[in-house]
Amino acid sequence: MADPTPAIHNPDYPIPEELRNNIAITTLDRIYNWSRAKSVWPMLFGLACCAIEMIATAAARYDPSRFGMEVMRPSPRQCDLMIVSGTVTKKMVPQIVRLYNQMAEPRYVLAMGACASGGGPFKEGYNVVDGIDKFLPVDVYVPGCPPTPQALLHGFITLHEKIESQSITTVPWYRKGESEAIPVPILGPDLIDLRQASLINYMSTQTPEPPQPAAAAEEPVAG
Amino acid sequence: MTDTTSETVHSATDLLFEKFGDAIQADDREGYEGVIVSSDQLVDVAQSIRDDLGYNLLTNLSYVDYLADDFFEVVYHAYRVPAGGPPLTFRARTPRNEAILPSLTGVWPSADFQEREAWDLMGIRFAGHPNLKRILTWEGFEGHPMRKDWREPFYEEDNKPFKTRWPGGEVDRAEMRVPYGMNVQYPAGFTVDGYSPEGDAALYAGLAVPESASGIGVQQIKTDQLVVNLGPQHPSTHGVFRMTVTLDGETITRLEPVMGYLHRNHEQIGERNTYLMNMPYTDRLDYISSMANNMAYAITVEKMLGQEVPYRAELLRVLMVELTRIVNHYWAIGFLLNDLGAFFTPSLYAILERELVLDLFEATTGSRMMCNYMRFGGVAYDLPPYIGGPAVKPGDRARELDTLQFLNDLVFERLPRSLDELDRLLTTNEVIITRCKGVGVLPADVAIAYGATGPVLRASGVPYDLRRADPYSIYNDLDFDVAVRYNGDTYDRYLIRMDEVRQSLRILQQVVPMLKETAGEDYWAGKRPYNVRVPVGEHYGHHENPKGELGFHIVSDGTANPYRYHIRAPSFINITPLEEMCRGSKIADAIIILGSIDIVLGELDR
Repeated sequence: MADPTPAIHNPDYPIPEELRNNIAITTLDRIYNWSRAKSVWPMLFGLACCAIEMIATAAARYDPSRFGMEVMRPSPRQCDLMIVSGTVTKKMVPQIVRLYNQMAEPRYVLAMGACASGGGPFKEGYNVVDGIDKFLPVDVYVPGCPPTPQALLHGFITLHEKIESQSITTVPWYRKGESEAIPVPILGPDLIDLRQASLINYMSTQTPEPPQPAAAAEEPVAG
Repeated sequence: MTDTTSETVHSATDLLFEKFGDAIQADDREGYEGVIVSSDQLVDVAQSIRDDLGYNLLTNLSYVDYLADDFFEVVYHAYRVPAGGPPLTFRARTPRNEAILPSLTGVWPSADFQEREAWDLMGIRFAGHPNLKRILTWEGFEGHPMRKDWREPFYEEDNKPFKTRWPGGEVDRAEMRVPYGMNVQYPAGFTVDGYSPEGDAALYAGLAVPESASGIGVQQIKTDQLVVNLGPQHPSTHGVFRMTVTLDGETITRLEPVMGYLHRNHEQIGERNTYLMNMPYTDRLDYISSMANNMAYAITVEKMLGQEVPYRAELLRVLMVELTRIVNHYWAIGFLLNDLGAFFTPSLYAILERELVLDLFEATTGSRMMCNYMRFGGVAYDLPPYIGGPAVKPGDRARELDTLQFLNDLVFERLPRSLDELDRLLTTNEVIITRCKGVGVLPADVAIAYGATGPVLRASGVPYDLRRADPYSIYNDLDFDVAVRYNGDTYDRYLIRMDEVRQSLRILQQVVPMLKETAGEDYWAGKRPYNVRVPVGEHYGHHENPKGELGFHIVSDGTANPYRYHIRAPSFINITPLEEMCRGSKIADAIIILGSIDIVLGELDR
C-alpha cells in the first residue's frame, strides 16, 4: 500500500540543486490536505466519562499539540473536529446535532468510546441513543470504555490519514449548492428523528402490536 | 452497626409509636427495618422526626414499585447530624393507580429534587411540591420508566445474563425487533404531523418575571430582568449541566438547574443485571472516583450478604479509595481554578499527579479510570509486584518500578510535595481570595436542610464524615481528623479539599507500611462466586465518597437480580441548594459556586 502521507516535497520535476531550499513542487491536494491535517481544532465539548480521558489526553503527558490539535474551541464555528466523548442521550442529541450543524465545513466527527460508537454498556437504556452514527456521519471510531489517551491519539492519527487521502476535486464542501443540515431531532413522547417521520406516521396506522417480551429468562446458573 | 446505635433507632421509633399511635406501623416484613407511616400523617411525623428525635438530615428518598402487591413505597432515610449513627428509615405507601403522597419539601428542602425524580421515573405525585416537573427525562416523555411494567424500546428479557443472543445460531439484536432501528418507541396512534413539542416553554415560563416586579433594592431605577440560559454545552458546567437564571442587571434573582442530559438509566439497567454485573456500572457513576463507588456498592451488598472481608482486602480498599479522594480533590481544585479564569494551567498540575495514581490503578486493575476492582468479600486482584513507569526517551523500554517503592514515594514524598506546591501557589493568591471569599455562602443549618454532604457540608462548619459518624471498613483503627471549615463560602470549600487531601495522605501513610506487613495474605474471602444470592430484604448502605455520601438502596427479592437498585448520588443532592447559594450573587460567581460544589454529571444524572 502506498504511503498515505507522502512527504510534501515530492517533485516529479528536477529542481536545480541551488534552488532546493527555496522551491518545493507539490500538488494542490497535498499542500491543502497537509495544512488541514496539521491543524485540526477539536471542539471543547465533553459528554461523559470519555471527556475526562479527553482532558487527560489534552494535558501535558500526552500532549496533542504534537499533532497541532491542542487548540480546543468551545464555539462550533471555530472547530474542525467534534469528538463525541461519551454516552449520547436522547435528551442531549438535539443539542449535539445543532452543534454539528453550526460547525463550518470541512468538519469531522470522531466517536470516542463504546457509548458514542454503539451505545456501549448503556445501549439498552431508555434514554440512550445507541451510537451517534444514527444521526451524524462519523469519520473515526475509537474503541474502549473509555479509550486510553493512546487510543485517542491513534484515532487522531487515523483522522489525519483520512484527511490526507481526500481530494479537493471530490470533497463535498466544494460542490455546488449548500450542504444540507441534519434535521434536529425533537423530544416528543420519545426522541423523534424527523428523517423517520414517514415511517413513524406509517407505524401509527398499523394495529399496535403488544410488546413481545421474550420468555422470562431462566435463573442464571450460579457458580 | 453496634448494639447501642441500633438501640437508639429503636427508642426513637418507640417515641413515634407513643406520639402517633395508629399512624405508625412497624415494618414486620423479613429483612426490612423502620416504620410505615400512613400517608395522611406523613408531614406531621416527618416534622416530629426532625424536631423531636433530631434526625435533621433527610439523606435519601427512594421509591419502590411493589407490582405484585399493587402499591408504591417511598422510603426515607434520615440522619442525626453531626452526631452520627445509622439512619432512621420510615416509609409511606400509595396505591399504584392513584399514586399521590404529601410532599416533604416543607420539612426538608432536600426532598425537592428527589421527589421530582420519583415523579419523573415512577409517577408518584407529591401534593404540595412547589415545582413538580420532570427532572431527568423531559416534559412530554411518555410513561414513567422505573415502573416494573414499563418496557423500554430495546426490551429483551427481564433478567441478565440473557439466555442467548444467537438463538438457532442466528444473530438476534434488539434493534432488529424495533421497526425504527433505533432505541425509540411511540404511543399507539402517534403521528409526527401537527405535533409540537412542549420544549422549554414551561421552564422559561416559570422563570419569567411579572412586568410589575421591581428590581432588588433599587426601587428608583428601572431595571430589566432577563432570563439567561447556560449550557448544556458550556465549558464551565463540568459536563452537560444546564442552568437557566433570571438576572436583574448582573445579579441572579432566580436560578433553575436543568439536568438529565447524561441520564444513562443506571437504575433500570441495574435492576436487570445480576448483583455483580452492577459493579462496572458503579465505576461510571462518578467517573473521577470509580474506586470509591465500587467500595460503596461492595459494602452495601456485603452487609446484606453478611460477608466478611479479609484484612488485606480492607487495606487495599482504603488505599484505593483514599488515592481516589486525592485524585478527585486535585481535579476539583484544578477545575475550580479553570472556572476562575486560570485556564488549564492549575488543571495541568492536578492532572500530572492524577496520572501517577492512574498508573497504579492501571497496573493493579488493568484500567485507568473504570477500575471495576472490588468484589463482594474482597478485591479482584492483589497489588502487582511491579508497575510500569513511563518511557522517557524514544526507544526506551517502559521502566519497571517496585510497586511498594512507588507507593512509598507517592504518599510520603511526591503527593505531599505537590500539595504544598499547590498550597503555595494558590491559597494566598489574591485573585482567588477576592473571587472566592464570601461568595456563595451556605450556612450550616441551610446546608443540613438541603441535605448537603461531604466537603460542601463540612465547609459549612458541620464536622460530619461517614468514616467517623457511621464507621465502616477499618476507618475506626486509622488515625485521621474530620476536616472542617466554618465560613461555608467558596474559599472554604476550596480549603476543605486541601485539608481532606492532607488527611487522606495521613491515612495512606498508615496504610502503605501495613500493606508491606500483610503481603501475601488473602485478599478475597469465600469461594468467589460468579453470582451471589442476596437474602430477601432491603438495605441502605452508604460510603463517604469524595463528593459526599454515596448511598445504595437495594431491595432484594431473593433472586439473582436486585428488585430495586437506587443510587443516592452526592452530586445530585448537593446541587439542591445551588439556587440558595447563587441568589443575590453576580452571574460570574454562579460559575465558581457551581465549581466549588464539585459536581460530576455521571452521578448527577445517573
